[in-house]
Amino acid sequence: MAATQTDSRALTRPAGLISVAVPLALFGWFLQFLPEIAAGGTVVYRIDWVPSLEVGLGVLLDGLSLTFALLITGIGALVTLYSTSYLGGHRDYGRFVCYILAFMGGMLGLVLSDNLLSLFVFWEVTTISSYLLIGFDADRGTARRNALQALLVTATGGLAFLAGIILIGMAAGTFDISGIGEPLASHPLYLPIFLLVVAGAFTKSAQVPFHFWLPNAMAAPTPVSAYLHSATMVKGGVYLLARMNPSLGGTDPWFWTLVLFGGVTAVFASVMALRQTDIKQVLAYTTLMALGTLIMFIGVGTEYAVQAAMAFLVVHSLYKAALFLMIGVVDHGTGTRDARVLRGLGRAMPVTMVAAMLAALSMAGVPPLFGFVGKEFLYKAALDLDVGRLWVTGCAFAASALMFAAAGIVAWRPFMGKPADTPTAPHEGPWPMLAGPLVLALLGLALGIMPDLAEPLVRPATAAVLGVAAKVDLYLFRTVNAAFVLSLLTFAAGFALYLSHARLRAGLSRTPKLFDPGWDRLMDLVAAGSTALTGAIQTGRLRRYIFVTFATLAAVLSVALWRAEVTLAAPDFDDLRAKHWSVLIFIMAGALLTAFTRSRMTAVAALGVVGIGVALIFIMFGAPDVAITQLLIEVLQVVLFAVAMLKLPHLGRDMNTRPRAWDAVLALAIGGLTATILIAVMATPLDLRLTAFFEAASVPLAHGRNIVNVILVDFRALDTFGEIAVVAVAALGAWAVLRGTRGARP
Amino acid sequence: MEFLMALMVGALVSAAVYLMLARDVLRFLFGLVLVSNAANLLIFASGGLTPEAPPLVPEGLKAPPPDVANALPQALVLTAIVIGFGLFAFALILIYRSYQTMGTLDSDRMRLAEPEGRD
Amino acid sequence: MTSLIVRAATRVLVGLLLVFSIFMLLRGHNEPGGGFIGGLIGATGFILYAIAHGCAAARGALRADPRSIAVAGLGVALLAGVAGLLAGDAIFTGQWLFLGGAEGEKGLPLSTILLFDLGVYLVVLGAVLTIVFALEEEV
Repeated sequence: MAATQTDSRALTRPAGLISVAVPLALFGWFLQFLPEIAAGGTVVYRIDWVPSLEVGLGVLLDGLSLTFALLITGIGALVTLYSTSYLGGHRDYGRFVCYILAFMGGMLGLVLSDNLLSLFVFWEVTTISSYLLIGFDADRGTARRNALQALLVTATGGLAFLAGIILIGMAAGTFDISGIGEPLASHPLYLPIFLLVVAGAFTKSAQVPFHFWLPNAMAAPTPVSAYLHSATMVKGGVYLLARMNPSLGGTDPWFWTLVLFGGVTAVFASVMALRQTDIKQVLAYTTLMALGTLIMFIGVGTEYAVQAAMAFLVVHSLYKAALFLMIGVVDHGTGTRDARVLRGLGRAMPVTMVAAMLAALSMAGVPPLFGFVGKEFLYKAALDLDVGRLWVTGCAFAASALMFAAAGIVAWRPFMGKPADTPTAPHEGPWPMLAGPLVLALLGLALGIMPDLAEPLVRPATAAVLGVAAKVDLYLFRTVNAAFVLSLLTFAAGFALYLSHARLRAGLSRTPKLFDPGWDRLMDLVAAGSTALTGAIQTGRLRRYIFVTFATLAAVLSVALWRAEVTLAAPDFDDLRAKHWSVLIFIMAGALLTAFTRSRMTAVAALGVVGIGVALIFIMFGAPDVAITQLLIEVLQVVLFAVAMLKLPHLGRDMNTRPRAWDAVLALAIGGLTATILIAVMATPLDLRLTAFFEAASVPLAHGRNIVNVILVDFRALDTFGEIAVVAVAALGAWAVLRGTRGARP
Repeated sequence: MEFLMALMVGALVSAAVYLMLARDVLRFLFGLVLVSNAANLLIFASGGLTPEAPPLVPEGLKAPPPDVANALPQALVLTAIVIGFGLFAFALILIYRSYQTMGTLDSDRMRLAEPEGRD
Repeated sequence: MTSLIVRAATRVLVGLLLVFSIFMLLRGHNEPGGGFIGGLIGATGFILYAIAHGCAAARGALRADPRSIAVAGLGVALLAGVAGLLAGDAIFTGQWLFLGGAEGEKGLPLSTILLFDLGVYLVVLGAVLTIVFALEEEV
């Protein structure tokens, strides 16, 4: 899968250097805000972007966004460093750097936006750039298909989220997150808002039943998976729910929806993790488990639960990124990721082993790693509950035990035992690929021994989610309590699961796959539906398209006339003279003759009659300029027709030219409607203010006595300029059609 | 005269629509010319009909006499006529060209973009 | 089409038409006429010449490629607009210069308006001739 040769020289090339330097610099920059945020401050900054839509590029930096920003840039720097080796030799490495930096920017924008509309824009930026990243190996069909699946699922959710945002804007009167003062729980729009926002969050964070895209997204190169599925993309939904907790949380629907879906996702995903043979897939499912757990605890919403969720968020990001990166090293060093094959790599890959073990112990929740702290707090929060204690505790327990087993499968078993045959002889990876996993794993250890170090992040983050200041006190171990006992039970259960995982896997692999084939069937259905629809609408016959267009026009005009309730005055024939009647007859006869003649020369002559009739009208009603123009155009028209007719066939040759009854009905309808509208328009008094201005200003301001010409070349000269540009382009286009394509016969 | 004007515009539009619905693209072009004329008349007539007084300011005066024709629709129509001619010429040459390429003026048989066989 | 009478007559007629077209262009600001009408009349003159003497001769009489004339016309019109900009007004604001103007006497009015109308004239002339010549030579 990762058939990419490593090339550590990429680090010294501009693309590689930039890809590491940018996140590193940003990480340092965000770090300087830590003291201020830890002291309980928030930084709000805003630039007006689209003032008329109330879209501002507001930046909101509080504990929650700072935690995310540090994870995004910090892990980002390690991942891009890793990529200089892992993908440095790839022919599209530059493209990769563009995508991942775009993604990083989108993610940062998402967590820093104070305005829901700009948040949505960044949300979509992450959707699109993650699509490009997942489908990075675009030569492979599965990569393309899975990328598209991720795109469609998350973008559909994104649309729901957008609708939710608009409703929030209506309900709260502002799109600024910091400006939503009151909780929206009692607002009549609360339920739709809640459902739409949750739809966006659940698709992004891959909750059951929208979870299937996430394991499929493992088609991405390993560093991408490490980045997207540890700290960033999939945490977007978690971030959103955490961010909206002060305004949307604390209600029954919020509690039960998040707790139920989160719990089901956590348990379902950790069971499915045991089914996988590809260790990357195992990790993918454990990511789902973590997301489910986070959403469940945000749904619980007590101070303790939120604190536990925030701690676990950091824990998970650290160990999950480390493990994904480690898998890349293993894959690269051995040529396989099959859990059944990988054994005894410890001797050949000692550094990788250390990193893997530390990260896996954190994932398993073993002391003295940070993972243990996170799990303890989850348990304590669950046991503290009044409502739903059994469900939350049960889900957390089951998921943690299964996680313990999964950690063994991913990071214990491959390194222990006798070395087995792998496609390539196991060897250690280059340093840029080891740095990331090692740093992250050691960080997990350090934070486990000294959990106080995480408090400056977790405390303000918890406060931001709760909306009020929080007391956060992280510690490794104090007394033997119920949570600690539960932890011990977890280890026992997890160990038992690990020992029997081969049998469990065999049993689980007989269960049918539901979601992914279901997706394919849905896509087939959509494709078939659109094919049928296109076939019905797009007949490929120009006449039918024109017919439909005119029929629609007739319908629209009828509705407009009907709605306007026009009353038509009786026609007044008093001041009509012979010349009026003769022009009428002239034009009507010309029109009729053009419509029904079978001789093209007659048709051209009849068109000329119509044109001259129109010119006569212009003369009769005081428009000499227009009349002259009309006459000259008539001459040119005849010349062009005469020239072209030399090479064109006679009318209607080998065509069925029966009278067309329906066409005639439609034509009469549109003609009648136009006439009615014109009568109605002419009966309404004219607004002559503009004309009056032109008349009054023509001589004094523009020194011209021909008002029409003054309008054309002075008052409205910019319009005229546009019009002559159109004429010139039409001429050049016609010339190109005749000359430019000479010889290009299909 | 308003009623006669509406009658003429209606007749022109009817004839134009009927022609544009034909299979022969040359007939379509005739329809296009007619509908341009109809649109010009419509705009002209909507600006009000004032018999025989062009919007000119007599030599030596600062403003035109009170009952001259409305200059605004005239200016609009004048450019519309020229642009209409540009459109006509372009369409004629397109038709000419497609006849050379496809050997037919039957729009049902001009199927380069959407080949036959799907319906 | 190539009868002697026609050819002889067109020589005179074409000249007259061209002079008339310029006349229409110049008087356009005060009497019926203007760039659109002048350009169309001028084009008619050259088309007449092309019918009588052939396209090649008409192109020769025109000297410049009609496409260049059309584009040059656009340039002239734009120039007239930019002149207003240079004078500190909005784009396409007319600028006037009355040569030899005195009290109660306008003198010879020169303006960017005339320049703009000349641009219109050239565009219309060039565009129409581009189309007609191309089609005639094709057939």
